[in-house]
Amino acid sequence: MAEPGAPILEVRGLRAGYGAVEVLRGVDLELRAGEVVALLGSNGAGKSTLNNNLSGIYRPFAGSIRFLGEEIAGAPPTRIVEAGLVHVPEGRRVFPDLTVRENLELGSYRRGRAARARNLERVASIFPRLGERARQAAGTLSGGEQQMLAIGRGLMGEPRLLILDEPSLGLSPLLVEEMFALVGRLNADGLCVLLVEQNVVQSLAIAHRAYVLEHGAIALSGPAAELARDPALRRSYLGL
Amino acid sequence: MSARARLLLALGAVAALALPLVLPSNYAVNVAVMILFSAFLGQAWNIAGGFAGQTSFGHVVFFGTGAYASTILHATWGWNPWLAWPMAALAGGAVGLGIGALAFRAGLRGSYFALVTLAFAEVFRILANSAEFTRGGLGILIKADARAANFQFRDPAWFYYVALALVAASLAIAWWLRRSRFGAQLAAIRENEDAARALGIDVLRAKTLCMGISGAMAGAGGTFYAQKYLYIDPTIAFGVEKSVEMLLVSMIGGAGTVFGPLVGAVALGFVGEATRALTSAQGLGLVVYGIILVAIVARLPDGLIGLFARRAARRGGRDA
Ligand SMILES: Nc1ncnc2c1ncn2[C@@H]1O[C@H](COP(=O)(O)OP(=O)(O)OP(=O)(O)O)[C@@H](O)[C@H]1O
Ligand SMILES: [Mg+2]
Repeated sequence: MAEPGAPILEVRGLRAGYGAVEVLRGVDLELRAGEVVALLGSNGAGKSTLNNNLSGIYRPFAGSIRFLGEEIAGAPPTRIVEAGLVHVPEGRRVFPDLTVRENLELGSYRRGRAARARNLERVASIFPRLGERARQAAGTLSGGEQQMLAIGRGLMGEPRLLILDEPSLGLSPLLVEEMFALVGRLNADGLCVLLVEQNVVQSLAIAHRAYVLEHGAIALSGPAAELARDPALRRSYLGL
Repeated sequence: MSARARLLLALGAVAALALPLVLPSNYAVNVAVMILFSAFLGQAWNIAGGFAGQTSFGHVVFFGTGAYASTILHATWGWNPWLAWPMAALAGGAVGLGIGALAFRAGLRGSYFALVTLAFAEVFRILANSAEFTRGGLGILIKADARAANFQFRDPAWFYYVALALVAASLAIAWWLRRSRFGAQLAAIRENEDAARALGIDVLRAKTLCMGISGAMAGAGGTFYAQKYLYIDPTIAFGVEKSVEMLLVSMIGGAGTVFGPLVGAVALGFVGEATRALTSAQGLGLVVYGIILVAIVARLPDGLIGLFARRAARRGGRDA
């Protein structure tokens, strides 16, 4: 794994929520070049809310988000994607009536358009299944294949930072293994990943650092290896 | 397009061109004109409601805006109707952009958007009913002067050919949309707006632009209607009936498909004529319409086109 370097993403005092409901009550978080950072937390802790605010799908109430030195809090998603922050949302949201290839091409709509052909080949080599099914409607893929498609579509935009929200959700154990191996390989090629996962053990195994979100604030953070030994975390998430 | 599809299309075009020559009466030609016109308006609805998934209950607002725009220019200001025609499309497009920008900026989706379009149509109807320059509830008469230079024809076959040209143009627009980058964005928005946004698609811009295109088409339709019947009033121009018709032909034929509105318009046209021929009972046609609509929605969610597509899929083709 690459040695962590300059800050890519710096989140300070982020407050966000829906309407009058505040879900995030001041989140601080940081991602450095070459890192995989795991974001853990129980259901409803606000992990997806954080992602949605980072990628501009929702606008934060307050706080700052700096991405590659540029303030992006409250910026429209078009600009955030252009800057290279690509979010693969929870729940494999592929476009079912479009073909696999059309889905992938839409991933390079804002960014990476020039190298689209090369990136299509790259995604097909990472996910051979997608290459084989390029002309098939995405809705006819299996659940695991749709998840691959959602990730492949994210890669089409040549991200500097890739946010994966529960990429292993609903995958068979073997595919979960593959999924984590893939994140490791992408990171070895220099990609920064913010990984939201329910598979705490595996996430901590591939991540450099991790944050634990509880009641809308960061309750724990540190090197992944240390957190994996943390008694409080082991009790609440691993049932040990 | 497969060779077979191209052959079918060519045959269809030849048959459509020859149709007025073989139809037995002016009445039959007029029915054909109304079917084509309905297909054209349905396609306008389909661009927004089908391709982009922005279901509207008030699409008549663009039709009525276009009808009033060109009719006022022509009847009040003395413009040649052919010249006034593009202005009707511009007016319909502008209203489409305006309503789209307002509604989408406010974050209205699904049934909220549908109801807001309905409200806009109603507001326009009331305004047309009370304003001076629309001559209120009296409506506007266009002086009969049947010359081609005046966009009026004694022989309905000429209206047929103008309507056919409109339908051909609308099919071309729909075909282009299916294949263009813009069309792919609209499809993404229709299928999952949040995912589309996460990919950096400018959802607001794409949806608004799509309403503009759709509105311009319906606006152009308004001029055609006014020139054919030489009279418009607020109920004709902004009444809910046309909105429903646009939505129906599209849904029955197959929303979001290139040929859906045409297929739907032909089917509904035949049903309308058949009920009229078989019975003189008032309103029976509407009952039959209703039954057919319920049956289609329940049994054929992809519309009549879905039937052909399913058969093609069983044969192994994929070009629907
Ligand atoms: N669109 C929304 N409108 C209103 N409240 C929402 C919305 N989305 C999420 N919430 C609320 O915000 C809180 C945090 O939800 P969020 O989806 O961020 O949790 P999460 O950590 O991703 O959970 P999970 O692990 O189940 O995915 C929850 O209480 C949820 O009910
Ligand atoms: Mg979540």
